[in-house]
Amino acid sequence: MNSLLIPGGNVPGQSPESIGERMKTNDEQSTVLTLNKVGKSFGHLRVLKGIDLQVQRSEVVCLIGPSGSGKSTLLRSMAFLEEYDEGEIRIEGQLLGWQDTDKGRRRAPQAQINQVRRNVGMVFQQFNLWPHMTALGNVCEALRRVRKLSADDAKKRGMAMLDKVGLAHKADAYPAQLSGGQQQRVAIARALAMEPHIMLFDEPTSALDPELVGEVLQVMKTLAKEGMTMVVVTHEMGFAAQVADSVIFLDQGEIVARGTPQQIFHNAEQPRLQQFLQNYLDRNAFWQDARP
Amino acid sequence: MTFDPSIFTDHLGDIGAGFLVTLGTWSSGVVLGLALGMLIAVAQVFGNNFVRAPLRVLIELIRSTPFLVQLFLVYYGGPSFGISLDPIPAGILGLGVYGGVYFAQIFRTGFQSVAQGQLEAADCLGITRLQSIWRIQLPQMLVMILPALVNMVTVLCKETAVLSIITIPELTMVLTGIGSETFAFVETLLMLCIGYLILVELCSRLGMLLETRIGRFMSRQPR
Repeated sequence: MNSLLIPGGNVPGQSPESIGERMKTNDEQSTVLTLNKVGKSFGHLRVLKGIDLQVQRSEVVCLIGPSGSGKSTLLRSMAFLEEYDEGEIRIEGQLLGWQDTDKGRRRAPQAQINQVRRNVGMVFQQFNLWPHMTALGNVCEALRRVRKLSADDAKKRGMAMLDKVGLAHKADAYPAQLSGGQQQRVAIARALAMEPHIMLFDEPTSALDPELVGEVLQVMKTLAKEGMTMVVVTHEMGFAAQVADSVIFLDQGEIVARGTPQQIFHNAEQPRLQQFLQNYLDRNAFWQDARP
Repeated sequence: MTFDPSIFTDHLGDIGAGFLVTLGTWSSGVVLGLALGMLIAVAQVFGNNFVRAPLRVLIELIRSTPFLVQLFLVYYGGPSFGISLDPIPAGILGLGVYGGVYFAQIFRTGFQSVAQGQLEAADCLGITRLQSIWRIQLPQMLVMILPALVNMVTVLCKETAVLSIITIPELTMVLTGIGSETFAFVETLLMLCIGYLILVELCSRLGMLLETRIGRFMSRQPR
């Protein structure tokens, strides 16, 4: 078994076993998210250097890498929270964020951006709940204002979502009355309520106390099992090892390695990846328990 | 020193009318100022540089010149720019622009106090900017900026005294007029102070009431 070496992110495609084997549903084998040579610079600093990536329906992709490797920027670009400035990001075939005009590429109108990312759900490291609304209020807000559901319908759907993350009994609590883990689960429910086709998680457990990490990962595992397409930026190697269909290792804005968890965690060939994993091994040996 | 209260009973009608004019110009100025301030703040926070640059100039101009001079400029200088206004509209306009600039600063601070991430979350859910301002930013920032807003409103109340110089028959004009007629300067000036005190006190009380109401709402969410 050898892991895939991707110099400069130029080797096309993914190995079949990295996506096929662990597929949960195989009714629809379509590509949800396509990245084509995506690049991004902050001033002179090029933080993303031509990223190619495809995410199939029901696939779980974990992005790992040292801080500053560009993984969060990459994920935020997928929701156009960062304006990537090279290449293309397509969500279910539609170009995200830009439109081509005679004078070159222009930022698309906000309505069009929203239309394309309507099927994207985003979960943030800092939860980003609205503190002046209850848990239910947070979940229902977009249902009311964007989906234009009636108060009753929104509430029904909102309660169902809270129930799904195990927090129906906290519907009337304000974010500040909830633990970090509960807040993050509300944030997941809020994103799920809009019925996204793909969920993006930006280090969803990094702001949590260690004993609260589990409950959030549990919800994410359930989602994965139900066939949700997910892209997860994470430092939880155990989660990546157990849940991911493919793991992508980013360093300095490039995809250095990609493959199955087995390939990445147990057969790492790239020195940079080995060094990165060694840090985890040195700190705690938990990732060895992860079954391939 | 003698204190002759009959001066007030003799001129009760005039004083009452002056009080109403003060109240009217003040409240109109505040409403105009709040609206202008909100517009300026939204343009500053969400607009591009083409919008921001002229606003910055306007704000610096208003903040660095005396209200008295601005008022002269609107009332006496207005006709040379083709804007001829009666005293009261000119006064309200002056007060509104002057207040608006300061309100804008307060609103801007408020907008910036709401964490950017909350707006990103709203963006990702397809919530529009306007909905975000109304449903997410305003309710949260109001709690924070209310004391500053009330403060500025009381400042504007006292600035209405300046309107007397463009012949608006408000409280200051009426009472100083009575003073020079009857030479009862102490009585009239004291009365003037009491008049403004009542208005400002009413305003602060109202502000505190609002604060506790909103505070009660916020106390349900310990942080």
